Amino acid sequence: MADFWIILTGTLVAATCGILGCFLVLRKMAMVGDAISHSVLPGIAIAFLVSSSRDSLLMLIGAAVLGLITVFLIQALQQSGLQSDASIGIVFTALFAVGVILISRNASHIDLDLDCVLFGEIAYVQWDTWIWNGYDMGPVAVWMLGGTLLIVLAAILLFYKQFKLCAFDPALAAAIGIPVALFHYLLMGLVSLSTVASFESVGAILVVGMLIIPASAAYLLTDRLSVMIGYSVLIGAISAAGGYYAAKWLDASIAGSMVTVAGGLFLLAFLFSPKHGLIARFGRKQRKRDELYSAAA
Amino acid sequence: MNVYPLEVNRLTVAYQKKPVLRSVSFHIPEGQLIGMLGPNGAGKSTLLKAVLGLLPTLDGEVRIYGKSYREQRKLIGYVPQRESVDWDFPTNALDVVMMGRYGQLGWFRRPGVKERQIALECLAKVGMAEYAGRQISQLSGGQQQRIFLARALAQNAHVYFMDEPFAGVDATTEKAIIALLHELKEQGKTVLVVHHDLSTVREYFDHVLLLNGELIAAGPTEETFTPENLHKTYGGKIAMLADFGAVPAGKV
Amino acid sequence: MLSTLWQWITDPNLQWILMGSLLLGLGSGVIGSFTYLRKQSLLGDALAHAALPGICIAFMLSGVKSVGLFMLGAILAGMAATFGISAITRYTRIKQDAALGIVLSVFFGIGIVLLTQIQHSGNGNQSGLDKYLFGQAASMMLADVYLMGAVSVLLIAICALLFKELKLVSFDPGFARGMGLQVAFLEQLLLMMTVVAVVVGIQAVGVVLVAALLITPAVAARYWTDALGVMVVLAGVFGALSGVTGTLISSTLSNLPTGPVTVLAATALFFVSAVFAPNRGWLAKWIRRWRSRNEIQQPMELAMIKQAGNTVERGAE
Repeated sequence: MADFWIILTGTLVAATCGILGCFLVLRKMAMVGDAISHSVLPGIAIAFLVSSSRDSLLMLIGAAVLGLITVFLIQALQQSGLQSDASIGIVFTALFAVGVILISRNASHIDLDLDCVLFGEIAYVQWDTWIWNGYDMGPVAVWMLGGTLLIVLAAILLFYKQFKLCAFDPALAAAIGIPVALFHYLLMGLVSLSTVASFESVGAILVVGMLIIPASAAYLLTDRLSVMIGYSVLIGAISAAGGYYAAKWLDASIAGSMVTVAGGLFLLAFLFSPKHGLIARFGRKQRKRDELYSAAA
Repeated sequence: MNVYPLEVNRLTVAYQKKPVLRSVSFHIPEGQLIGMLGPNGAGKSTLLKAVLGLLPTLDGEVRIYGKSYREQRKLIGYVPQRESVDWDFPTNALDVVMMGRYGQLGWFRRPGVKERQIALECLAKVGMAEYAGRQISQLSGGQQQRIFLARALAQNAHVYFMDEPFAGVDATTEKAIIALLHELKEQGKTVLVVHHDLSTVREYFDHVLLLNGELIAAGPTEETFTPENLHKTYGGKIAMLADFGAVPAGKV
Repeated sequence: MLSTLWQWITDPNLQWILMGSLLLGLGSGVIGSFTYLRKQSLLGDALAHAALPGICIAFMLSGVKSVGLFMLGAILAGMAATFGISAITRYTRIKQDAALGIVLSVFFGIGIVLLTQIQHSGNGNQSGLDKYLFGQAASMMLADVYLMGAVSVLLIAICALLFKELKLVSFDPGFARGMGLQVAFLEQLLLMMTVVAVVVGIQAVGVVLVAALLITPAVAARYWTDALGVMVVLAGVFGALSGVTGTLISSTLSNLPTGPVTVLAATALFFVSAVFAPNRGWLAKWIRRWRSRNEIQQPMELAMIKQAGNTVERGAE
């Protein structure tokens, strides 16, 4: 039964991150996703200090706020003329540093194990259950992740064409009248939510793996956005399940294993994708060369 | 009072400290093909983007058929430069053209059968019907440009703004583009094109705008596209000014 | 309070540690200037995360906590990471930013797996590996400090000697190649130096934050000057200042790891530079704008549109 809850949690993380990750990768904002996953830390710490409890809702809010602040600061630096990569680097390291200091200094008030925040401990997820009216409703993490997934799905389904156009051609989107900035912040807000909802399972640092790797692998497998999202979720889910069993077998970190399995799946796509894989490419090159020679002969 | 497809008054745009456009004023006549010319850095693309509200302005106003661009978005079609887009995006030609309809769909409606139909027709008009399902990264530069045009057609606008549509395209595509522009003109639409190739101006455009940070001249091609005006626009940057009078009319 | 401070500064142990942090900040700032110019700022972050499995494997193979071996492992891992990043960008349509993210997280994930394995095995506790996450400059041993110091001095020396070549290669590699410079070699050298700077920095500030040591002092320096030479020196100075401040403060107060404090010190320097630098600082610009009312900033929309064409550019070759 424990297995079920853990794999379910992992799959929910994979699904949420897999969907959003596709848009991050296509908008060349993968590292902004990385930044957000680190910089929500002070938000979590502050939420904890304010409420003196692990109130999940408050943490979600704290994270969402920090995520938006992060994006805002990065934009502000970029607008003032700073390179995008430097803007990202300065903002997220500063915010992460603040978070670590808050947690270290207030260790007595914050019942947050720093290691746990960073790496998650998905194995304990099943014990922290939600008691409502005397009924055991299942692990809190599952509810939080499930809720986040629903929000993400709703937003993406409702505004699919806007997100797609803003990712593909923001100039036209703006010309047509779509509020590009709004959708940018909406996307980043969703990423922040997913980061915090996921940190209990895979931790803040490895969320970025679940955001980027399945989406990138999917990008190599298909030429249609909707299919890419589907593959991304699927690959993420397989990484979650596979990673868990690998971790059991090796007695190692579950989060780390999930990301490692995802990396392995990416490698497979990289090599063997029929359209974009390495082997297919060389095969095409070889065939072209052969055609050339036989034509010349 | 005449209502022009585009009327610009005292438009001034600055970037950081440098003024890029200084108090530009002009209007364009309806139902014609208008070419905007000027050397690199003259502000042609900037003007286009400012007109469409993609850039903030320091001064001046823009009127599309007498009203602000915001109110008239549905009447405007836009073909941006090819480099503004990532052609590795997972989508096909038909999908890109359908994106031109998003403005008409509002916030929540999804593109349906009708949009698909319109998109297919537009693709056919640019001669790309059989490429509908093709992934866009597999298209040549000229084909990509035609997709962009089809998308603008799908916007079903009254006035079109095109940013260097002829840049880097092959001869077939160039012919296709100009044929399309003529068809639009026959339908009474107005097309403003940022252009770079001086040798084709007389043949393509009825009306020209000469720009170099400020408006040098505007008017019908015959009267405005003269060596003196060109000299003022390009400074000493063109050789063989005299030859422009000698470009044969039927050149392709 | 002043007497305690004085006690410290005369404490030879602390002296060495301060020296180590100083040299570390200096080296990172210098190398960081070049990575910033080549728009490879986040490469440092990727290399730092990628170093973890290298360190773990070094420990697992040798069974010994040896900083030198760890650094070797980290360097090898860093090179593997660079290779991975360029393979992904060269052979697929995946862009630089996603390639960085993939390599960063996969390597780090593997590193975490190895780390937990080590911790569960017998001698895990002696490994001192968890120090690598946030840095603990104060617990450095003298031998470590010597090593770090030597490496930093070496990096600075190379940059000084090859300054004009590195400058040209960073600015215009095509032109440099045309001139006959060994561009490939110089780029590899820069890359190697970045890896080494990262690996050395991890000891002081930890994996997650070492990127800041490379980026923030260099960016802060940029606001003060347009001349590369001055910028590099300033970046080194800022880095050194951050390192010293971070170490001092974190050894005074309890429950304060060195890494975050150093990073915040660097960020503070950045903030001060960005606001108050003459000419390029925000205050100076604001005053100019108020005087001439002729300036404009990019709107959100245009920044968004530019973003579409912006990548975390210029690959690791």
